[in-house]
Amino acid sequence: MKHFFAVVCLLLPVPAHAAEYSHVQLDKSSIAFISTQMSVPVAGVFKKFSANIRINPSRPETGIAQIDIDLASIDAGSAEANDEVTGKNWFNVAEFPRAKFVSDSVKAVGGANFEATGKMTIKGKTMEMRAPFILKEDKGVLNIDGSFTLKRLEFGIGSGEWGDTSVVADEVQIKFHFVLK
Amino acid sequence: MTRQLAYTRAAMLLHWLMALLIFVTFPVGLVMHEMVLSPNKLRLMSYHKWLGVTVFVLVMVRLVWRASHQPVPLLASAPQWQRAAAHGVHVLLYLLLFSIPLSGWLMSSAKGFQTVYLGVLPLPDLIAKDKVLGDALAALHEVLNVTLLLLIVSHIGASLKHHFIDRDGTLARMLPFLDRSSSK
Repeated sequence: MKHFFAVVCLLLPVPAHAAEYSHVQLDKSSIAFISTQMSVPVAGVFKKFSANIRINPSRPETGIAQIDIDLASIDAGSAEANDEVTGKNWFNVAEFPRAKFVSDSVKAVGGANFEATGKMTIKGKTMEMRAPFILKEDKGVLNIDGSFTLKRLEFGIGSGEWGDTSVVADEVQIKFHFVLK
Repeated sequence: MTRQLAYTRAAMLLHWLMALLIFVTFPVGLVMHEMVLSPNKLRLMSYHKWLGVTVFVLVMVRLVWRASHQPVPLLASAPQWQRAAAHGVHVLLYLLLFSIPLSGWLMSSAKGFQTVYLGVLPLPDLIAKDKVLGDALAALHEVLNVTLLLLIVSHIGASLKHHFIDRDGTLARMLPFLDRSSSK
């Protein structure tokens, strides 16, 4: 009987949760944000980014992530807004074309909830960031969903006359969705 | 007799409040449209939307008021065609004061910007973001506004003609401080 179970176990496919996921499906992943203009939430996205993520759902603490965002690929809601936010007062993409997030650690918060801590670099400034996220495995696919709030003025995003936070709020919500295989 | 021919205080208040709102909202819209993107442009766009929502609410109050109160008849001394024209302009003005804010609200949604009245009360987005539809609604908003401008010019022109040329007290019926003794 013992042998029978051993044989059955060997025949079963490797359970999905034992696997490490590292192939980011960029076409199914997204990095979006919500800014607040005159108390109105306005949605935007970064259309181009690269993501190097390795995570094992059964040992998420060993997970690593490095995200590179092509800032010129921003869609802030209108052509006029895109011209403005890629310019000098905002992202200044001519000088700083990319934003980068590199994780330092991942800790379990409970259940499917985790929190990544890492360094965010935008416009030459690096700040410590904490990004809570949820892991969900589904038929050999791992979904990572999370969001965090970033203070744009800490990175000098939207300086000069745009520094008035009563028009464009300091807090910008970043929402990320990564699909891994 | 002339007293009964005047509009009620409530009707006068609604009329002049609406006039004031239009005389502020219209130029704010023109100015912000010509501005390059800046914090002040975003401020003016919000103010314009708040004013527009106020017009929208007020025109509905006016329509309810008008439906529930017998409007003052147009002066019998005026020729039939003039009374028909005046009535037609009034109907068109009501239609525009309803459709212009509505087209602005829909345009805002189509362009991906929700309208939040006074920065506090979010209005639902009745349509989803759609660039082509947004541009079409912007064009419609402009055409309706040019029409409104022409109608208001004729509305004011006719009232001044009645006051200064016909001297028939038509304007006085809508002005609380004008002497209505000249009314025929």
